[in-house]
Amino acid sequence: MSTPVVRLAGVTKQFRSNQRRVTAIDGITAQIATGRITGLVGPDGAGKTTLIRLIAGLLAPNSGTIEVLGLDAARDAQKIQAAIGYMPQRFGLYEDLSVFENFTLYARLRALKGAAREDRFKQLMAFTGLGPFRDRLAGQLSGGMKQKLGLACALVHPPRLLVLDEPSVGVDPVSRRELWSIVETLVEDGVSVLWSTAYLDEAERCHDVLLMSEGRLLHAGPPGPMSAGLTGRTYTFSLNGMDKRTIIPRLRQHPYVMDALIKGSGVHLLLSHEPDVAQKQELAQELGLGEDDLHPTAPRFEDAFIALLKAPSAPASQNSLLADDGPSALHHHGIATNAGSGSVIEVEHLVRRFGLFRAVDDIGFSVARGEIFGLLGPNGAGKSTTFKMLCGLLPPSDGKALVLGIDLRKAAAAARAHIGYMAQKFSLYADMSVTENLTFFASAYGLGGLARNRKIAEAIEEFGLGNLAGVISAQLPLGYKQRLALACAIMHEPGVLFLDEPTSGVDPLVRREFWTRINAMAADGVTVLVTTHFLEEAEYCDRLGIIYQGKLIALGTPDQLKNAHRHEKQPNPTLEDAFIELIQNYDREKDHETR
Amino acid sequence: MWRRIWALIIKEFFAIWNDKRSRAVIIVPPLIQLMVFGYAATFDVSHVATAIYNEDRGVAASKLVARFAGSPAFHVVYHLDAQRQIAQKIDSRAVSLVIHIGPTFTRDLLTGRPATIQAIVDGRESNTALIILGYVNQIVENFDQSWSLQTHQPLPPARLVTRYWFNPNLQSRWFIIPGIVALLSMVVTIVVTALTIAREREVGTFEQLLVTPFSPLEILIGKSLPALAIGVSEGTFIILAAVLWFHVPLRGSVGLLYAGLLLYILAVIGIGLMVSSLARTQQQAMLGAFLFVVPAVILSGFATPIANMPHFIQTITLANPMRYFLVVVRGLFLEDLPAKVVLAQLWPMAVIAVLTLSGASWLFRHRTS
Amino acid sequence: MRPGDPSFAVVPEQGSGSAGLRLFGLVYKEALQIIRDPSSIAIAFVLPIILLLLFGYGVSLDAKHVPLGLVVESPSPKTSDFAAALSHSEYFQIDRLSDRRLAVAAMLSGRINGIIVLRSDFARKLYSASGAPIQAIINGTDANTARIISGYVQGAWQTWLIHYGLDHGHSISAPVSVDQRMWFNPDIRSRNFLIPGLIAIIMTLIGTLLTALVVAREWERGTMEALLVTPVRIDEILLGKLIPYFVLGMGGMAISTGMAVWVFGVPFRGSVLALITISSLFMLAALGMGLLISTLARSQFVAGQVAIIIAFLPAFILSGFIFDIASMPAAVQFLTHVIPARYFVAALQSLFLAGTLWQVLFSNSIALAIMALVFLGVTRMRTRKALE
Repeated sequence: MSTPVVRLAGVTKQFRSNQRRVTAIDGITAQIATGRITGLVGPDGAGKTTLIRLIAGLLAPNSGTIEVLGLDAARDAQKIQAAIGYMPQRFGLYEDLSVFENFTLYARLRALKGAAREDRFKQLMAFTGLGPFRDRLAGQLSGGMKQKLGLACALVHPPRLLVLDEPSVGVDPVSRRELWSIVETLVEDGVSVLWSTAYLDEAERCHDVLLMSEGRLLHAGPPGPMSAGLTGRTYTFSLNGMDKRTIIPRLRQHPYVMDALIKGSGVHLLLSHEPDVAQKQELAQELGLGEDDLHPTAPRFEDAFIALLKAPSAPASQNSLLADDGPSALHHHGIATNAGSGSVIEVEHLVRRFGLFRAVDDIGFSVARGEIFGLLGPNGAGKSTTFKMLCGLLPPSDGKALVLGIDLRKAAAAARAHIGYMAQKFSLYADMSVTENLTFFASAYGLGGLARNRKIAEAIEEFGLGNLAGVISAQLPLGYKQRLALACAIMHEPGVLFLDEPTSGVDPLVRREFWTRINAMAADGVTVLVTTHFLEEAEYCDRLGIIYQGKLIALGTPDQLKNAHRHEKQPNPTLEDAFIELIQNYDREKDHETR
Repeated sequence: MWRRIWALIIKEFFAIWNDKRSRAVIIVPPLIQLMVFGYAATFDVSHVATAIYNEDRGVAASKLVARFAGSPAFHVVYHLDAQRQIAQKIDSRAVSLVIHIGPTFTRDLLTGRPATIQAIVDGRESNTALIILGYVNQIVENFDQSWSLQTHQPLPPARLVTRYWFNPNLQSRWFIIPGIVALLSMVVTIVVTALTIAREREVGTFEQLLVTPFSPLEILIGKSLPALAIGVSEGTFIILAAVLWFHVPLRGSVGLLYAGLLLYILAVIGIGLMVSSLARTQQQAMLGAFLFVVPAVILSGFATPIANMPHFIQTITLANPMRYFLVVVRGLFLEDLPAKVVLAQLWPMAVIAVLTLSGASWLFRHRTS
Repeated sequence: MRPGDPSFAVVPEQGSGSAGLRLFGLVYKEALQIIRDPSSIAIAFVLPIILLLLFGYGVSLDAKHVPLGLVVESPSPKTSDFAAALSHSEYFQIDRLSDRRLAVAAMLSGRINGIIVLRSDFARKLYSASGAPIQAIINGTDANTARIISGYVQGAWQTWLIHYGLDHGHSISAPVSVDQRMWFNPDIRSRNFLIPGLIAIIMTLIGTLLTALVVAREWERGTMEALLVTPVRIDEILLGKLIPYFVLGMGGMAISTGMAVWVFGVPFRGSVLALITISSLFMLAALGMGLLISTLARSQFVAGQVAIIIAFLPAFILSGFIFDIASMPAAVQFLTHVIPARYFVAALQSLFLAGTLWQVLFSNSIALAIMALVFLGVTRMRTRKALE
């Protein structure tokens, strides 16, 4: 093996915040191998971004040494920066510049000019498929295209090391696939890649993985062997009419079930040890299954991740994230009385035009009481616009968007008390503390006095915010921001809950815990409408609507969608496969029509 | 409803108060500005750097020079002895005034011929120049009178007796400081309101607010009351400083003054919130705030009287709340303005407030992405 | 899909003069952003036109048609002579009132600014030893206006005296008369000195507004991080911000100067080269102040608040544009030295009205150069090439 591109020795980084020293990176020693994709994985707030910034020479460590491409990161930051490619979170693009102009800027900053720049531009445009969008403003690109442009800008000068900080956040599955194939090509050409991600299926595809938690390195090495150690501990079974709302919480309380996850109409289990025959029988019996219904399955990286973080050696406070405090602590949610038996959300021939552009083009669906309905689609497909019309934030150009039989735009303000809304980006008041945010939203829904105080105390306990009650919300780790945002949105026990990309950017543990709550609420009769482009998450939904180019191109349960795309080439399609095929088919048909 | 509004009010206070820098911005600079402007903003000219070019050795000339030297208005810094030095001193702004007394001055006076002195002022600042010339004339007039008495020459058939009401010593500080009440409370109120909605829109919390059961009226009240409290406290503080520190007399009714202050701040809040809800970004909101504040100050009568402006600009100033409040605050401070006159200023501010506030609340919902 | 391009990993040749290229890239980028966001163009070109038009016409210290009340308690030919002298002056708009009480009421309500009273014994006392009193009561609230009105009344009185003397065959003149010379501005047009001052104020606003948000915006949008990992140097980033806004600001300055000369008829007696030099120095100081605010604040919200509070009012009040600096208390005079507009106002007034006076320009240029260096230097120090 050749020399590693990055060598970390005893690296520690502390920050000062509110007179307290916070250790972000705690004595990490590791290597990043040349010519491979190394995944940097860990829960939110583990220190991934800090480590990346240290490697890029944007921060200096308090102690320890960082060697990048044989150079010391603290002393030769400038030289390192000249030799690496770096794509920060949110891609670092100027939204008011066009694709070509963004590229030209970064090319000039890296001293590339004349014909060489032209050639490189053509090469990269062909490579990323952005060619047709040369003159489009970056702000008007979809998330996936932005990501590719960000990558192209980082590749202006072919780097020896490419550093990507959470490149897939907010990007649809089609674009994620394309990014992977681009990066794999680069690696074939000898580029080393450091890729930080919260998506575990991505981590699984990396050659090596650095697993971090609370600033420390928990594991380093290829992902395969990590999950291989769990062989015999993972099983699936089919739900067959069992109530999936209640089965998961029940399973998670089971002494040797470490993790349970819904997969469409089935359940994926991770056990704390390899069960003997008796234990397996016992488990099957408890679930009302025959012994043969419990199928052993290959462990995935996600199982290894959970197993590592849930192991006793994991840092103590992390356990609070995993504490099974989900549904049992949830209280009964009042359900809007006028929900009746019919559908709670009704959308008919909904159209929204912005000038000539039809952002939402004749969409119709309905959601029944207690149902979890997912709206899926690439960025800019029209999900958020549909959402805004339902919440009364945007008037429809045509058609109906009714919630509980009311048009929220025209209804009295009091009607909005029946809905809860959690916006993209977890819109909280950044300079107010956790308690202050909770108090504000409780009061906003008219709660006062003792009732309010009790509700706030409940929320703090339920969402594990006790230690953080006085912390200014801007300083919360993303996962806690998300919890707080949800706590605020359900303060008033709404009958309908709107969630706009509720888990974007948060790690798998937080995502899991979040869905446990949503499931419990749905079991209590709350209707949930959720947008996402994270397809694993879509498995939790009862029904899905796939929106593409303003139109609803598919509607059904996750299994129905998967089955519709089961054929010889993909005998066992994932939801992602189905999704991609749907979109490709649609594009092909449209192509055909225009011809 | 009030509980919800109360929550909004508390939230607005937190938004300003919890951010250390934002808190400092609305407290410290206005205080410094109050003190500095209170002393700086004066039209009174004193200690005018003066040069005297006296070619006459006679007794009358030296008496006249003594009068200049003894006046607090002038500060004689140079005695010149050549004509060319005059241009040199004025050009370089070393002095603003040169008094030139010709060689025949005393002789002319004694022989009853008209004697002339030359007063050369720097016209680059014509306001100061005019005031300086006024002082020169006054000194010469006094000199004339005592000379006439001493030499028993006839006095003019009528004399002019001038009195200044309300501000007998013509201290312009008395005029300016009440103006600072209007100036600073407006700037602070604009700073508090102009960026709030634009920022909430950028961060996304405004949408969150719109899906809660708040009505636009409630949001309006929630956004206005904290700004009102801050603006009125700022005003109160400056009023107290004016009375207790700068000793400007407060002759009129305090009740009327506060009625004026309240309506004025409300009108400014309305404008600030309008700007904020129209703006797509914080940059646009800041630009909008400037586009309002700068003309509002300059065309308010704060420094130059509205009566001097051409008619069409006077018409424009009718939309400027500061114009009305300046009349109220100055009138009540210095001259016990009658209630009827105050009311004539209050209702236009009320109209501006109602129009801008309702405009802003309409925009809350109708200007989405 | 397009992987597998064989030439992909070929390293293109590194050009020489890369620092210049980097800087060019940054300037070009900023220029594009300026063109895309019309608000910058509006700040630089539309703002000065609107403000100069409004203020050029609106701001004037020259009072005309001042409403005065005239109370003649017992009219006679003697009093009407004087009344006519007042009425003929273009400075006054005379409102004849029958008695003093009415006049006082009119003054209290703000309808008139002063009262001239000719008492019933005016004609009788005209030849007495003490002379006939002419009472002038002027509203002193606005001391400045009061002084100006008083001067006008005095002028009218003197004119009357001379006519009176001519009519009665003997000259009545004071023993000493003052020969007034107002240099540089002989017509005493306040516009002539106010407009150069206004240009200085407007340029302060423009310079600060243009840059106050631009650095904070890059931090907030995450683009600063992307810039920092390229081989770019901090100086290049700052210059990349400075150069385009400098050009924009100077464009605004050119428009303002042109308007002053051709629209408002203010004379321009200095050299254009001197104007360009001093404006450049001032522009650097103003842009530097904006950049400093932006760098220290790092958030657009705070930067915006600070800019509103500290850009406009200090320049307006402490620059000597309207209020005479020499008359301020020593401590405040000392403070005015940190206001860049102060030097620019003085230099512009000289350049427009007096000419290229090197003694004035030199000291002001030095002061502005120092301020620019300090602002930019501190900005440079505070923008370390790291994220902490």
